[in-house]
Amino acid sequence: MLVNQIAVFLENRSGRICEFAKVLKDANINIQTMNIADTAEYGILRAITSDNQKAIQVLKENGFNTAASDLIGFKVADKPGEMYKVLRMFEDENINISYLYSYAEIGSKQACILLKVDCPETAIKLLTKNNVEGI
Amino acid sequence: MNRIFNEKYECMNKRDKFDLQSERLRDVVQRVYCNVPWYRRKMEDVGIKPDDIKDINDIVKLPFTEKKDLRENYPFGSFALPNKNIVRVHASSGTSGKLTVVGYTKHDLANWAECCARGLYGVGVDEESIIHIAYGYGLFTGGLGIHYGGEYLGAMVVPVSSGNTPRQIMLLEDFKADTICCTPSYAIFLSEEAKKIGKDPRQFALKYGFFGAEPWTEEMRNKIEKAYLIKAYDIYGLSEITGPGVATECFYQCGSHVQDDMFYPEIINPESGLQLSYGEEGELVFTTLLKEGMPLIRYRTRDVGSITDEICKCGRTSVRLRKITGRYDDMIIVKGVNVFPSQIETALLNCDERVTSNFRVVLDRVNNLDIMDIEIELATGVAFDEVREIEKLTAKVASTVASEIGVTCNIKLISSGKLLTKEGEKIKRVLDNRNNK
Repeated sequence: MLVNQIAVFLENRSGRICEFAKVLKDANINIQTMNIADTAEYGILRAITSDNQKAIQVLKENGFNTAASDLIGFKVADKPGEMYKVLRMFEDENINISYLYSYAEIGSKQACILLKVDCPETAIKLLTKNNVEGI
Repeated sequence: MNRIFNEKYECMNKRDKFDLQSERLRDVVQRVYCNVPWYRRKMEDVGIKPDDIKDINDIVKLPFTEKKDLRENYPFGSFALPNKNIVRVHASSGTSGKLTVVGYTKHDLANWAECCARGLYGVGVDEESIIHIAYGYGLFTGGLGIHYGGEYLGAMVVPVSSGNTPRQIMLLEDFKADTICCTPSYAIFLSEEAKKIGKDPRQFALKYGFFGAEPWTEEMRNKIEKAYLIKAYDIYGLSEITGPGVATECFYQCGSHVQDDMFYPEIINPESGLQLSYGEEGELVFTTLLKEGMPLIRYRTRDVGSITDEICKCGRTSVRLRKITGRYDDMIIVKGVNVFPSQIETALLNCDERVTSNFRVVLDRVNNLDIMDIEIELATGVAFDEVREIEKLTAKVASTVASEIGVTCNIKLISSGKLLTKEGEKIKRVLDNRNNK
């Protein structure tokens, strides 16, 4: 249920995201998910790749501040109310979500949810107890 | 109005001034030699005894005093009298960690007040005046220095201190001060803020302004004079020597008159240490001729300047200081506060392991106020997946740096290695864009 992700620190400067993608392309690493959180001064790029360890290494070599972290990943049915069910569980147990992203292939029956919480062990226990399918 | 506060000293003829300065130099050298062990060692190192100093021209035989001497003898090791004789201390930024401390006796404070009084009175300020002082009060010498000069004249002093601009505007309007003292950049900012709330600064009762604590240009003078319809005078000083009032412009605004019966100025070549002639540009050096608490011999200010002994139209015979144009070290002045990049480095070294001490200061002027950004490289391998982590870290670094340098700044974290040139060398630590505006 734990999914490893890389986080990359970006100054708000044009071209940085493109540089990031080029470094991974040159190392023949596939980007599976990618998402960016931005503030006025900075961007945080979060991604899951085909080889995170190698990605961190090549990104560091190319001057990117990069670190790995673990997310909780699970699947829910791609229909109304399914997200609510899970979020409600977290709410009832007072588990705080720092950020969340999701993806669903068009036509697929399931959507993947990735999220960061402040107490991952409790969250995993809760999801397992409620028969939520992990990634 | 052109008038003289203390004709005896301000208009003394050259011969008498020479005798006075010589007598006072002999005395101060004797006092420092006997009471300040580290300066005595300096004199012994070059084989000079107080008796070798016969007149003011012999000053070139004496070793220089530098800021590092004061730092090494922190806090009170440069005082020439026991603490019981010291009635006040002030302090300015040191180059790292510790402040540069100055101690004053009652006489020192009275002399300092007279210096400021001479400057104020010389252009029209007197006991009828109301003086609005918007320099900071505290360890910084700006506020209290002029404060006592104003009281010495018998003027009504309004010790507003710095900050709270709406209140400053209200008090200028209600109290009808005729004199304002602050940094020149704050004077401009204040006038713009007044206009924003529908007040015309020309309608304040102000007639005179004394501005200093940071370098300023003739363009800024014109701007201030126009904004308030006042005369704007330059006031120079540094805490090590006493504070504001070491030199002040007269009515004719053609260089600041050094109170050279109390402070003897020299211009030297900063590399060779040789004394330069009048008119030549070099490093400004001061010797305090009268100070008791912490007299300094040939203190190197690191300020770039020149002096002239041509007699001024005002009738004073004192030498004049041309506007300070820069620094020989990397000190920067932000919002009137002296900041050394080495202080920022010290703060960063003890702050948080996620940031390095590779940084660059970027100075800018927005709405006539100084803005200081500090770009800091992250440690290798440090990244964040949550925005709040970045925010927490920048807030922590900002408060650590601000408490070290005494002025607020914006922290901008940047990727590791970004402050190196393509050749791998460190880039310049300070990028000052303020004069391009």
